[in-house]
Amino acid sequence: MSPATPWFLSQLATICVGLLFLLAPLGIVLARRSFGSQVIYGACTLVCSVLAAVALIALLGPGSRLGAVQLAVGLPLGRTLLGFDSLSAAFAVIINVACAIVSGYAIGYGKHAREPERVVPFYPAFIGAMNLILLAQDAFSFLVGWEFMSLASWALVVSEHRSEANRRAALIYIIMATGGALTLLLAFGLLAGPGGGYGFAEIRQGAASGIGSIVLFLALIGAGSKAGLVPLHAWLPLAHPAAPSHVSALMSGVMTKVAVYGFVRIVFDLSGPPLWWWSIPVLLVAGVTALLGVLYALMEHDLKRLLAYHTVENIGIIFIGLGLALAFEASGLGTAAALALTAAVFHVFNHALFKSLLFLGSGAVLSATGQRDMEQLGGLIRRMPVTAFAFLAGCIAISALPPFNGFVSEWLTFQAILLSPQLPHWIPRLLVPAIGATLACSAALAAACFVKAFGITFLGRPRSKAAMEACETDRWSRSAMLMLAALCLLAGILPGFVIDSLTPVTQMLVGAHLAPQSAQPWFRIVPTDTARSAYNGLLVFIMVMAAAAATAFVVRRFASHALRRSPAWDCGFPDPSPATQYTAGSFAQPIRRVFGGVVFRAREEVSMPKPGDTAAAKLHVELHDTVWETLYLPVIRLVNVAADRLNQMQFLTIRKYLTLVFIALVLLLVIVGTWR
Amino acid sequence: MSSGWLTQFAQAVLVLALAPLLSGVTRKIRARLLRRRGASVIQPYRDLVKLIRKEAVVAENASWLFRAAPYLVFAATWVAATLVPTFATDLTLSAAADIIVIVALLGTARFLLALAGLDVGTSFGGIGSSREMLFASLAEPAMLMAVFTLSLFAGSTQLSSISAYMQGPSAGLSISLALALVALVIVAIGENARIPVDNPATHLELTMVHEAMILEYSGRHLAVIEAAASLKLLLYLSLIACVFAPWGTAVAGAGAVAYAVGFGAYALKLAFGAFLLVLFETSIAKMRVFRVPEFLGIALMLGLLGTILLFVSRVTQ
Repeated sequence: MSPATPWFLSQLATICVGLLFLLAPLGIVLARRSFGSQVIYGACTLVCSVLAAVALIALLGPGSRLGAVQLAVGLPLGRTLLGFDSLSAAFAVIINVACAIVSGYAIGYGKHAREPERVVPFYPAFIGAMNLILLAQDAFSFLVGWEFMSLASWALVVSEHRSEANRRAALIYIIMATGGALTLLLAFGLLAGPGGGYGFAEIRQGAASGIGSIVLFLALIGAGSKAGLVPLHAWLPLAHPAAPSHVSALMSGVMTKVAVYGFVRIVFDLSGPPLWWWSIPVLLVAGVTALLGVLYALMEHDLKRLLAYHTVENIGIIFIGLGLALAFEASGLGTAAALALTAAVFHVFNHALFKSLLFLGSGAVLSATGQRDMEQLGGLIRRMPVTAFAFLAGCIAISALPPFNGFVSEWLTFQAILLSPQLPHWIPRLLVPAIGATLACSAALAAACFVKAFGITFLGRPRSKAAMEACETDRWSRSAMLMLAALCLLAGILPGFVIDSLTPVTQMLVGAHLAPQSAQPWFRIVPTDTARSAYNGLLVFIMVMAAAAATAFVVRRFASHALRRSPAWDCGFPDPSPATQYTAGSFAQPIRRVFGGVVFRAREEVSMPKPGDTAAAKLHVELHDTVWETLYLPVIRLVNVAADRLNQMQFLTIRKYLTLVFIALVLLLVIVGTWR
Repeated sequence: MSSGWLTQFAQAVLVLALAPLLSGVTRKIRARLLRRRGASVIQPYRDLVKLIRKEAVVAENASWLFRAAPYLVFAATWVAATLVPTFATDLTLSAAADIIVIVALLGTARFLLALAGLDVGTSFGGIGSSREMLFASLAEPAMLMAVFTLSLFAGSTQLSSISAYMQGPSAGLSISLALALVALVIVAIGENARIPVDNPATHLELTMVHEAMILEYSGRHLAVIEAAASLKLLLYLSLIACVFAPWGTAVAGAGAVAYAVGFGAYALKLAFGAFLLVLFETSIAKMRVFRVPEFLGIALMLGLLGTILLFVSRVTQ
């Protein structure tokens, strides 16, 4: 059914996934050996690199679909099909590039683990499960991979099980993951229909449009809860930071991308042509997610939790792109849909790079100082220069600032928004500008958030002894972070290559693609029309660098070279105590005051002692997690009450049990009888 | 193409040369309006030369970021200012970076300067950075919304195309344009640390934002930062002029006379803009810090309103 080479590629990818699953039991044996974890992480790096190469060939090679490998396991009447098509190949490239580099980091970072046997076996299984989801060409293997991914990552979250907070995080995570998997199961069940054809090819042929709307909501819940869409994000900022940092990088940078893949696969590929209103719930949820995610992140002073909350924001940005693509596709605007989809998948790529980078950086800080709390850090740029440099690159990239990659995907999303007056329906047309404002607002707040994250952690004076005595991290970790930073810059100044690689994806999903960017001179990107908009990241980068170099040269040539080191000026009243500098809390205070009143019902109270009294003044801040309190707590209360009531059933007499059985039997018979 | 490069290069030099003069002119007008004699209009040049000749005093614990940031901030601002059409619209680099890129380049400059404010670890640097980022979190989306309105009108996000469109016959008066203008003016006042948002001439710690951020800078570093600040003011005035008052700007392929006219018109527009800015400044009091987000929020809402009106009123473009 297809030429020999692609089939060989699918086979190779399947073997690689098998290898990853084999590494898991090997990890149990090797974890306690001195070089055991390094062997496993090294093997993961190699296998992921091979997988990334295979996926890249599958994406760019001739022929959009590869022949699938058929395995002898699966549902009684189904077949297990594994292979790449354009969509899964694109995601596989993104995911395996990030996984390979993160595994390389773990070669060095894993040495610090206190209990490696709790991490090492699950790590390859986690990566293998994510790849299995991408390789799956039928619903059964997709769901098997999905559950494996949830369980393996759950095991990694509880790896540091001694802390109460981690156990709570793991519990909430496993409950949310189970619910998400259940909705996906329902979605696939509906898609397969009564015929029960679970292969993606069969689903595609039989897609009925009436079911699609229900499937959209199920996918939004199922995949959205894994990705972290508000209000289903509650587990994410608890679970992602609880894991060891390289695993946090995978969960935030990579696993959320698999969830996005699941949504795209179900909604764009399997549920048939979209209806015009599908974009509305997606855009609404995405806009709220983007804005709330960054506001939560701004309020957070724990470095890893800040990064996790910020993942929520980025997922919102990705879903804004996906929602726009749905709106355009439903209205028959092919090129615009391709543009929006390209922006979304580009952002998936970017976020996988810079969020992994930032989590790895936070891991380096954590292992050097033992601190995640930013209020205990500071001044690390002098003690850890390489980590600081890479982290800074990640911060600029994630704040969507040129010349890094985050800006390009945001720019493409803005270009897609500017095409939306062409939409025929009123509601999306009114909604899209508001979404655009939300996106612009969240980008600006993200910049504030990362000024805080970098400025408080790496700049200023050390706020604790640990921060004062921190040491630079090991060589493996440094090179992994620098590699990710370099990729962030490269994707930012040469975005045309990424856009061109995504051509088969948009062609497959929305039936249109952007004009090839390689035809543009000087690596410029032109989404639709030269007269309309163009961006040349390379030229902007060169210009800024040239201007900076020229300025430095002129200043060096003509200015005084004298430089004197002296105590800080600080308007004449510097205080030697590091507690007098700005903290993360004080940095975020104005933003909390302006935005937090509504979102977090924030209240500040200053209790001043009476005149003459020498007691200290106190500032009391009250913040509410509105989503948790309004949505989750009532459910938890309901479950508790129901459980209490049902608990009484445990202590009945045998007579009462028999009566219950009898009543149940009669009820069932009545139901069966009336249904017939 | 070569004429485009020539214009581009001339403009890069022109904005650099004119920016301190613009600061000097605004200070002079302000002094006259306050019935003072005021310093000469070339005083900012003298200040820059004076600062450059002085020894730079750097805090003991300042990192490399502190010393690198001024150059990068200046470079990003300069590149952004070079991309805004001043006396002619045929800029070659306009095809490489549109108006969203200009906004984002200013964002990069602000990001680095805010980090530099936190580098030494003083309370003033922190207060400046924190407030600057708060203001930016409203000013930047407001600016983008105004930009969207303009882009939807012209069907392009490239500033030369927008300027050429506004100069052409198809542009007319519109509510959306007026809203975008008001939003842009508010953003320009906020971003350039002018009264009522911030006062560039003060060192009173409770009112300063921009000045607090750069408090630790001195000598050549301060000179570069001051130059960047005056470039930014020039950029905003040029931006508003090239979009809302495009008269006289030379278009591609025009003769030498047109360029001369364009240059003269540009100088007049700048002078008039500076006069209006100072007139507004002298007739209003400085706001409390927490009133500023409301002020900038108005800009955001006006910008959004302008965009929505356009989205609703156009079936196709």
